[in-house]
Amino acid sequence: MDTYSLMREIADSWVLLAMALFFLGVIGWAFRPGSRKTHADTANIPFRNEDKPACTKNCPDCACAKLKEQQL
Amino acid sequence: MGNYIKLAVLGVIMLFAAVAANWGRDAAYIVHAIIILLVAGFMFLRVLRQTDEPIRAQADGYMDDVVRAGVIATGFWGVVGFLVGVIIAFQLAFPALNFEFLQPFGNFGRLRPLHTSAVIFAFGGNALIMSSFYIVQRTSGARLWGGNLAWFVFWGYNLFIVLAATGYLLGATQSKEYAEPEWYIDIWLTIVWVAFLVVFLGTIFRRREKHIYVANWFLLSFIVTVAMLHIINNLSIPVSIWGSKSVQVFSGVQDAMTQWWYGHNAVGFFLTAGFLGMMYYFVPKQAGRPIYSYKLSIIHFWALIFLYIWAGPHHLHYTALPDWASTLGMVFSIVLWMPSWGGMINGLMTLQGAWDKLRTDPILRMMVISLAFYGMSTFEGPMMSIRAVNSLSHYTDWTIGHVHSGALGWNGMITFSALYFLTPRLWGRAQMHSMSAISWHFWLATIGIILYAASMWVTGIMEGLMWREVDANGFLVNSFADTVSAKFPMYVVRALGGVMYLSGAVIMVWNMWMTIRAGESQTAPVGVAAE
Repeated sequence: MDTYSLMREIADSWVLLAMALFFLGVIGWAFRPGSRKTHADTANIPFRNEDKPACTKNCPDCACAKLKEQQL
Repeated sequence: MGNYIKLAVLGVIMLFAAVAANWGRDAAYIVHAIIILLVAGFMFLRVLRQTDEPIRAQADGYMDDVVRAGVIATGFWGVVGFLVGVIIAFQLAFPALNFEFLQPFGNFGRLRPLHTSAVIFAFGGNALIMSSFYIVQRTSGARLWGGNLAWFVFWGYNLFIVLAATGYLLGATQSKEYAEPEWYIDIWLTIVWVAFLVVFLGTIFRRREKHIYVANWFLLSFIVTVAMLHIINNLSIPVSIWGSKSVQVFSGVQDAMTQWWYGHNAVGFFLTAGFLGMMYYFVPKQAGRPIYSYKLSIIHFWALIFLYIWAGPHHLHYTALPDWASTLGMVFSIVLWMPSWGGMINGLMTLQGAWDKLRTDPILRMMVISLAFYGMSTFEGPMMSIRAVNSLSHYTDWTIGHVHSGALGWNGMITFSALYFLTPRLWGRAQMHSMSAISWHFWLATIGIILYAASMWVTGIMEGLMWREVDANGFLVNSFADTVSAKFPMYVVRALGGVMYLSGAVIMVWNMWMTIRAGESQTAPVGVAAE
């Protein structure tokens, strides 16, 4: 069998199956138990760190680090 | 030490460019060699002046200078691209505008790729690069990685645009749609694009958030896929290192398939995935609410990625391409309708509970109309990919109308709203200089698109029907020239739509200029800032 036909047979059988399963797996993963809380947190990322980078707890006065600890 | 290496490299580039300017075989190549010589010379002096100087401490806030430069470049290239579009629209209506004294440079054939590249790559590309840099910093809570590498990406990309644009005017093209630049420009873009990927990934790796926000997924897929498409579609061998001409590695139907695999995914990943990344950040920000469904955004992303890459063959119905391949392309194009509308619904429903803001916030209104056009053109596209519909629509102006309702409506409007969102924030102003000017822009652009799309539907379907009309004996009724003269009124309407769209963009640039220069913002009669 020439390379082209071999590649095509692999592509429209096993590779197709693998990709379809991966895709279904992704959807399943999105709906996994407990994802709601994670997603709510992730969806709010744009509303944090608007003006400056997140605190690395390395700043000299480290006011932001203290604030963060209080929130936790 | 780094500077010495840079000086050596720049010196070699200057030497090579000087030799190339002397030995170049064609005008475009010689002009490009001179441009590269000047740029490398300027950079050489710049690096030389900084060498052995004390190094300034790196700032630790967000790196927004490069985003500011990107905002300005986006506005500038937008007006240039729209202006060239208006000129060629009038050239189609009135061929006398291909002035004799401007030949061959001012010919429609050379201005047309200038227009498409200026709007897609210069306007759209700068918009994507600057908003990727803005979004990835905010959603990672981290400064851009790589220091001045981001500046290299910005200037390198704009150098690519200048080389491509001058090349088209001087006749250097490899005749691949949306991939016209010749071999050395392609190599340069590859280098810039890899640097873009490195900056983006580096910033994601140093993020302070646990999760990668969905906008970054879209932007990353845009960067990675465009790199892959660009490299494979531009596999070519230069005829000479001293000339711009190159020969494609693929030939015949393989070349056609590679080209439209590239071409359609340029739409899918450059104009869709990239701009969806912008949408997933700017729409929630402007509405002041998180995205409607984060789960839907994940499914939207994976479905888009899995489906889009197969849709290319629908550009090659009724050609030498095997039937199975064009059927595959058609089926995937139709399936693609669903994730596209999922994304549109996700964006629109983000306004749930905040629809009242549409009355007062012209920026949000612009985002909504852009999503509406996204929905419209992602319905029209799958429909046109059906073989039976395509037999009527292909090679007619319907295709041009479809492209423009997507590009002007979706890409243009979301970019304008991103510019209105970013300009006041980046220059520390309360809001745009004039809110009523945004409303003017909104209406001018919307009516302009409607005139454009409607006239192209009419002329496209008319043309398609005239081409296939046969008399009782089976002879074609119309000559090609008959269809051309029948299209004249619609061409004038289309050009006027373009004029309206262009004037809206000019108003925007004026508004941006006033916001940046004026300092204090005026209190506007229309609307308040969304937040």
